Amino acid sequence: MTTVTNGVNVQALLDAREALKGAPEAAAFTWRASAKWQSGVHSQIKVQSYFGLGQEQNHRDEWTFEADHPEVFAATDNGITPIEYLLVGLASCLTGGIASVAENRGIQLRSVESTVEGGHDIRGILGADSDVRNGYNDIKVTFTIDADATRQEIEALVAQSQKRSAVFDALTNPTNVTVEVA
Amino acid sequence: MLRDQSIDHVVLERGEVANSWRRERWDSLRLLTPNWQSRLPGHRYEGPEPYGYMTMAEVTEFIDSFAKLSGAPVRAGANVTSVRRTDGGYHVTTSQGEILGRAVVIASGACNRPVVPPLQEGVPASVEQITPFDYRGPEQLPDGGVLVVGASATGVQLAAEIRRSGRPVTLSVGEHVRLPRVYRGRDVLWWMDASGVWDQRYDEVEDLTRARRLPSPQLVGTPERATLDLNALTAMGVELVGRWAAVRDGRALFSGGLRNVFSLADLKMQRLLDTFDEWARLAGCDAQTGPPERFEPTLVPESTRLQLDLRSGEIRAIVWATGFRPEYGWLGVPVVDAKGQLRHDGGVVDSPGLYALGLPVLRRRKSSFIYGIEDDARDVIGHLAGYLGASQRAG
Repeated sequence: MTTVTNGVNVQALLDAREALKGAPEAAAFTWRASAKWQSGVHSQIKVQSYFGLGQEQNHRDEWTFEADHPEVFAATDNGITPIEYLLVGLASCLTGGIASVAENRGIQLRSVESTVEGGHDIRGILGADSDVRNGYNDIKVTFTIDADATRQEIEALVAQSQKRSAVFDALTNPTNVTVEVA
Repeated sequence: MLRDQSIDHVVLERGEVANSWRRERWDSLRLLTPNWQSRLPGHRYEGPEPYGYMTMAEVTEFIDSFAKLSGAPVRAGANVTSVRRTDGGYHVTTSQGEILGRAVVIASGACNRPVVPPLQEGVPASVEQITPFDYRGPEQLPDGGVLVVGASATGVQLAAEIRRSGRPVTLSVGEHVRLPRVYRGRDVLWWMDASGVWDQRYDEVEDLTRARRLPSPQLVGTPERATLDLNALTAMGVELVGRWAAVRDGRALFSGGLRNVFSLADLKMQRLLDTFDEWARLAGCDAQTGPPERFEPTLVPESTRLQLDLRSGEIRAIVWATGFRPEYGWLGVPVVDAKGQLRHDGGVVDSPGLYALGLPVLRRRKSSFIYGIEDDARDVIGHLAGYLGASQRAG
């Protein structure tokens, strides 16, 4: 197998997989975000700390995100919409997965680009029609991949990435979400 | 093999010989392996249909004949309730008395209980629930829609049979193994055997845990050698939905990731067929088989249902084709892991003198098929005989 340079430390991931097989406590991560309302439907969200491998952890920096609605929603467009953040998550999760699987399989990637489209009927969130759901009706991701591999191998990378994708699972399967007031 | 080595032995069977095939299978079930692959030491299928597939009655008769022919010392009706380690071996408690043995071979298989996911608790009482152990035929089901959960061999076979009874059928599909029945004019299991895929050893398999947990391939044994994949089910009018993920307020919630499980299965099948083609080319078999074929990708419906109201009456029965598991409550030796599976290395269990046979990919990919038992048994009994010899010399 040739050495590929996709930049993923696959050995570390494989080692972690072995080490964590019988260690559910160490494998229990909690990701966090803190949000502050600004004005209108604009909020600011900060992400830095998380819990994993049995202890508190921190990202290298504190990351700040703005979320808002656009002007066609009669809002101020200080950031992307919350529902667009899901597309950011999905595209990046699948892309990272493709790179990891490619590294593990010895496939050299040259470029991986994708476009994501989420079909959304806004009558749901406007309360204009109770038969319309609030979230996406469907999401489509299209990958353009240039790699040292056959089409079949590339399709297999994309399939395997979905199989192990956190965001793909979070979007395609139900998740318990609890919202309370402190 | 034990008799050939003059090792004194007894075969304990809780019911009658071939009990599972007599009692725990549905009426129309046939083996999915062709008859010529029904081979036990010194006993093989000699009927008129080598390329056909045995019914349960025929399998029962086949195994019964083997039991008589081989003169195996079977104690029928002896239900094992406990196996414990003792000085020099194992203390076995059965419904017919106690036995002491220097060694024990666990041949109770991997399918003692149907697996039913915790989802079952959320199903309204008005919907009947059935496992493959209770299912005998569609006539026992209420009229109306049926939700079959799981797209393994059992799942696709029952979905097809129940659909043919005129009932609406919805099949919940997670990861599955797709295979054509016939490839380049020959049974796909002929290819598995001839190409050596079936003989692949457990220590050569890349992800053994995964290989041992694979669902049974979507095959059925019919005289027409029909392929029973998801496209065949769609053509019959079976509705496909994603993996059943949760129940909320009486609604079954299905995964929206159905398209990808289709891709995974199609790609895996393609890789296997590539392997067969490569073998045929190298082995010089190209002339004796048809040309390489490729099959239509699994059809994805325009949009698939993400939820189904189990209280609406649309679904009157649920068939759980969600797999089986072994039952080791009687095994008082600490050799069962956290997932309820036996800890073994190619059938040599993690306790001296304790062995297993008949589990998936025990020693080879064909381990859990009738065809695979002879080679595995030879290996395991070889080890057992060596163990007994050594322990005897050690006094």
